[in-house]
Amino acid sequence: MAAKDRGDNVALPALGFLGTLRWMWTQLTSMRTALFLLLLLAVAAVPGSLFPQRPANPAVVTQYIRDNPETGPILDWFQLFDVYSSVWFSAIYLLLFISLIGCVIPRAIAHGRAWRSKPPRTPSRLSRMPVHGSFALPSGSDSQSGGQAGGRPTSPHAAVVDAAALLKKRGYRVDVRDEQGSQPSVGAERGFLKELGNLVFHLSLIGVLVSVAVGGLFGYRGQKIVVEGETFVNTLVGYDSFTPGTNFSEDNLDPYSITLEKFDVTFDRQLTHYGQPIDFTATMSTKTAPGAEPEQRILKVNEPLTIGGTSVYLVGNGYAPVVTVRDGDGNIAHQGPVVSIPQDGLFTSLMVLKVPDARPEQLGFVGFFLPTAAIDENGVSFSRDPDPFLPQLNLNSYYGDLGLDDGEPQNVYVLDTDTLTELNSRNSEAGGIVLDAGETFELPEGKGSITFDGLRRYAALDITHDPAELGALVFSSLALAGLSASLFIGRRRVWIRAASGPDGRVTVEYGLLARGEDHRLAGEGAAIEKLLRERWLADTIEHDENETAHVGASAPGSGKDN
Amino acid sequence: MQNINQTLGQYSELFMLLAALAYTAAFLAFTWDLVKSSRRIREMEAGLAETAEERQLVLAGAVAGGKRGKSAGALQGSTADDAMDYQGEKRSAARIAVALTVLAAAVHAVAVVSRGVAAGRVPWGNMYEFCTTGGLVVAVVFLLVLTRKDLRFLGTFVIGLVVVMLCAATIGFPTPVANLVPALQSYWLIIHVSVAVAASALFTLTFAMSVLQLLQASRVARLAAGGGDRMPFMRLVPSALSLENLSYRINAIAFVLWTFTLMAGAIWAEKAWGRYWGWDTKEVWTFVIWVVYAGYLHARATRGWTGTRAAWLSIVGYLCIVFNFTIVNIYFSGLHSYAGV
Repeated sequence: MAAKDRGDNVALPALGFLGTLRWMWTQLTSMRTALFLLLLLAVAAVPGSLFPQRPANPAVVTQYIRDNPETGPILDWFQLFDVYSSVWFSAIYLLLFISLIGCVIPRAIAHGRAWRSKPPRTPSRLSRMPVHGSFALPSGSDSQSGGQAGGRPTSPHAAVVDAAALLKKRGYRVDVRDEQGSQPSVGAERGFLKELGNLVFHLSLIGVLVSVAVGGLFGYRGQKIVVEGETFVNTLVGYDSFTPGTNFSEDNLDPYSITLEKFDVTFDRQLTHYGQPIDFTATMSTKTAPGAEPEQRILKVNEPLTIGGTSVYLVGNGYAPVVTVRDGDGNIAHQGPVVSIPQDGLFTSLMVLKVPDARPEQLGFVGFFLPTAAIDENGVSFSRDPDPFLPQLNLNSYYGDLGLDDGEPQNVYVLDTDTLTELNSRNSEAGGIVLDAGETFELPEGKGSITFDGLRRYAALDITHDPAELGALVFSSLALAGLSASLFIGRRRVWIRAASGPDGRVTVEYGLLARGEDHRLAGEGAAIEKLLRERWLADTIEHDENETAHVGASAPGSGKDN
Repeated sequence: MQNINQTLGQYSELFMLLAALAYTAAFLAFTWDLVKSSRRIREMEAGLAETAEERQLVLAGAVAGGKRGKSAGALQGSTADDAMDYQGEKRSAARIAVALTVLAAAVHAVAVVSRGVAAGRVPWGNMYEFCTTGGLVVAVVFLLVLTRKDLRFLGTFVIGLVVVMLCAATIGFPTPVANLVPALQSYWLIIHVSVAVAASALFTLTFAMSVLQLLQASRVARLAAGGGDRMPFMRLVPSALSLENLSYRINAIAFVLWTFTLMAGAIWAEKAWGRYWGWDTKEVWTFVIWVVYAGYLHARATRGWTGTRAAWLSIVGYLCIVFNFTIVNIYFSGLHSYAGV
């Protein structure tokens, strides 16, 4: 292949600028280039599954680069952590789509022309067609007294007109030519939907791509954790994290509110899969506008809530222990639920609490919340069940400067202990803080106290707005329909010619040609011949059997699939 | 909360084991048929070659092509009918093999259905169930095709793959019957996964056919170059071209099903995660498979890429499916991780 291409290139004369452009365009829109780009796209998509990706998981990427200081930055330079927005991946799919457009537009024009034109002229030798055959009608004198027995045509012209009607009924567009000549024929073609489907499929892919782009421009996506009893208001400050589309403006946010009234979790209590979750249900109270009537609605994992042009999804849940912290001065420095992050299926949850209001020293706590606390043989606490049968806090405490005062944003789920002094921990001799529900722990050195007041659950919500979602659905459905049409409809041409033989008998000859792959072509040929024979030779079919010179197609599956 | 019928679940596992045994017997019978038939054909041909008239006939057959493909094939080292229609001859080993496959599929169906009944839901909620249900679909599709076309030469490979799937399920990812985690409680599980199973089953068939196509092509090339026949059993297999044509037809159907799998997955992802496409590892690989098979379909329309290269693309596509199901599910983290190992 490569050698042949090179040969072609050598043979080309000097092209000039425009010529070179045209040559490049021809190359880009050739099938071979499209195929190459397709396979390249498949290969290029793979690294995105091998390396962590920023859009999905920025924290993992940062950690990966930190863990691999040698290779990480190099991989980053090659955009292997942003594969699907990288220069090279974009280059491949954009080239592919240009190639696609360059391929589809000329085909669409050609198809439009074919749609309006008549079936192609009858080839002079139908026996050259991949599927063909011929048979003779008994001459008029042979036939019974009626002369027109079985509706048999007596002239080539009548035979062709009759055949054209039959083909038309079978979905062909027909054109009778040489009507007055000695060898009249009919040209017929069907299956225009095949190419139309092909074009619709490829154009719909462009539609899908545009929909994705529009979604990226005008959509937005945000996350919010809502503890039972708390309310989320759809404003920019209401979100924990927010990813706006390129053309997002804050005015796009509809200020509805949703309150998490209750969050119910059901765990499997049968022996196998004991403790596996089988149901999460969030009972929400929603208000479409600040003054509107509240409405109670249910949110579940596969059943998002739609409100104010957005969809609200339940993507996670966990426990939020309610904690009161008194500082060294005896004042309440913190009171309320603290969101803990589940680390495993038993809801052993990581918990961080920063108390910047504590005086004289700021306080920090880090440790675990255990829904059903137990102690293993090494004396290490763990959770034995995801349901809160014996909730317990296991915390280490710190005091000092939390570093919140200089206004730099911090991750609320990470406590940087470098600048802090340890008060107690489970590694220290006195041990860490162990609190069962309702208990209070006095911190050492009179730094204050911490009380485990109660327990609430929280729901992690994703809130999205994608105006082009429907477009993507419509275009991909069109693509599927077009694809099916292009793969399963056969585009076929049929010619039937009739002539008077030397003995006065009318001989009928037919040929079929498929455009593109069509394994049912031979079957179609056989079916047409059968129909014609039934129509014309119903009375003589027995003696006629041997007169047919049917040469079957060499295509596999011939004659078996109609 | 749906109550799980553990007793029925255990019966299902027992039936699965019995089905695996029956398939193994069918696999052996198919292999026996290949060996036996190829020996008989060789003897027959040794007799034929002695008469010059016969040789003449063979040549005539080669010219006429089509209907006489059988005798034409003898020249190219094949006795199979290229239209893959049933011939008159009686292959008792193959009949036993098909009967065993029917029996195995029936027992297998009982196992799959009882699993579904035990769990009170569709039996494709984790890898064990995907594998066992997928294996059943492969066997049933194979049997259905057998009613119209003589694809018994594929038996060794297809039933071999079914045995591998059942072994992988029972040894690799054994999972007791259980309720679905909330993420899987959606009617999209029924739609998305069942179509994925059907598409994978069809791709399994075409994978076997593409491998045979490559073997046949290289064998015929070797024979044409005057080399010896290293794979005499391949006489039972139709020509590379007819294998290619039939696998293209099946791949076309499977590709449409896979496109639907991709779309249904996207719709479900929108319902569950709030975005229809997010380049999750599973999505990436589903996309890669789709693109590879799209490449295959284009290759069939590109000069120089039909035949062997297209067959390689079909094989690569299937390897991607296997990779997507095994390595991606087990070793790659992603949103599909709950698929259950």
